[in-house]
Amino acid sequence: MKAIEARDVLLSFGETPALRGASVSVAPGEIVAVMGPSGSGKSTLLHCLAGILVPDSGEVHFDGRRIDTLNENQRSVLRRDQFGFVFQFGQLVPELTAEENVALPLLLGGVKRAAALREARPWFERLGLAGLERRRSGELSGGQAQRVALARGLVARPGALFADEPTGALDSLTGEQVMDLLVASAREQGTTVVLVTHEARIAAYADRQVIVRDGKVNGLVHS
Amino acid sequence: MVSDMSVSMTLLGLLEREPSHGYDLKRHYDTFFSRGKPLPFGQVYSTLGRLARDGKIVVGEIEPGVGPERKRYVITEQGATEVESWLTEPVEAEPNLQTVLFTKVVLALMLGRPAEEYLDRQRAAHLRRMTELTEIRRGGDLVDVLLADHGLFHLEADLHWIDTTVARLDALRKVVRK
Repeated sequence: MKAIEARDVLLSFGETPALRGASVSVAPGEIVAVMGPSGSGKSTLLHCLAGILVPDSGEVHFDGRRIDTLNENQRSVLRRDQFGFVFQFGQLVPELTAEENVALPLLLGGVKRAAALREARPWFERLGLAGLERRRSGELSGGQAQRVALARGLVARPGALFADEPTGALDSLTGEQVMDLLVASAREQGTTVVLVTHEARIAAYADRQVIVRDGKVNGLVHS
Repeated sequence: MVSDMSVSMTLLGLLEREPSHGYDLKRHYDTFFSRGKPLPFGQVYSTLGRLARDGKIVVGEIEPGVGPERKRYVITEQGATEVESWLTEPVEAEPNLQTVLFTKVVLALMLGRPAEEYLDRQRAAHLRRMTELTEIRRGGDLVDVLLADHGLFHLEADLHWIDTTVARLDALRKVVRK
């Protein structure tokens, strides 16, 4: 059983090939780290798996359903309803409070404001953010903002969480706290996680690591 | 691996903290310094015997009863000086030149074997160990965390070397092949 699978994915940006036949699969509830040097194609692979980019050829499946053939609107709905995201920078909407940011995926999914905020609030206690619910992103430290982003990525109980260098902007101790929380929360919810990182210490939190090199996935690395 | 010298100095240091019986020394040692590998009683008493012979500790009051654990060991001035000197001397910055791995890489290139594949396997082994240490770190107390961190940072440094070497393999191949 595979939650996420890419089969022989090719994608070029203009004349520049980014993925040259990348294949990878992730089991339900598994946490997989995608590693590789800068420019290897690891973020591009994540974007293809998450339905943000469409490959030139090859297939991408989520939960047994082919997603690379969906149109933009269908992929947008899929991302909203099934996927959570955590990126390295600038993810929080500055005009919204922290709790509104966390509730955002629910609000976008049609949940009423009061109910969405009710769902969002327990995450503040769970992630050590109690008392910060009404702050805006400019009033949060980097680590706090990233935990808010993590809560937002998981609040709608997505089938998969895609994290692209989620600790890249944090110091090492804060980054590890975020990873501890990410792994614990994902395991608690049974969420499948694809984590892109160039840091081995962060990748070591995953169940399994794969290396992307020259646009292909090296499947040698198994934990 | 903890050397005999380190065991000896650690026990001496624990005795500077407070005079102690062999049993308590072993217990304190195991709590802080011997993750997963308890210090054998035999080694505790043989070490204490050597320290006493060398004048670094003395046997203090012997409590009623029999058996070695009734002896209470006390550090001497000479022993305390030795602890001070050992603590203040920096640990040798090990050259750690990855000699085995380096040799394998160079030899593989000389023989036209797939050095990159060997390095990939080594990376996998390192990552596996890092995953184990991360697990220990996540479930452990602060002592476990510090020990696991030490291992993780060293393994991470090795991985940097592996990645850099992979990037230089073509150049290295030209240097080592006739």
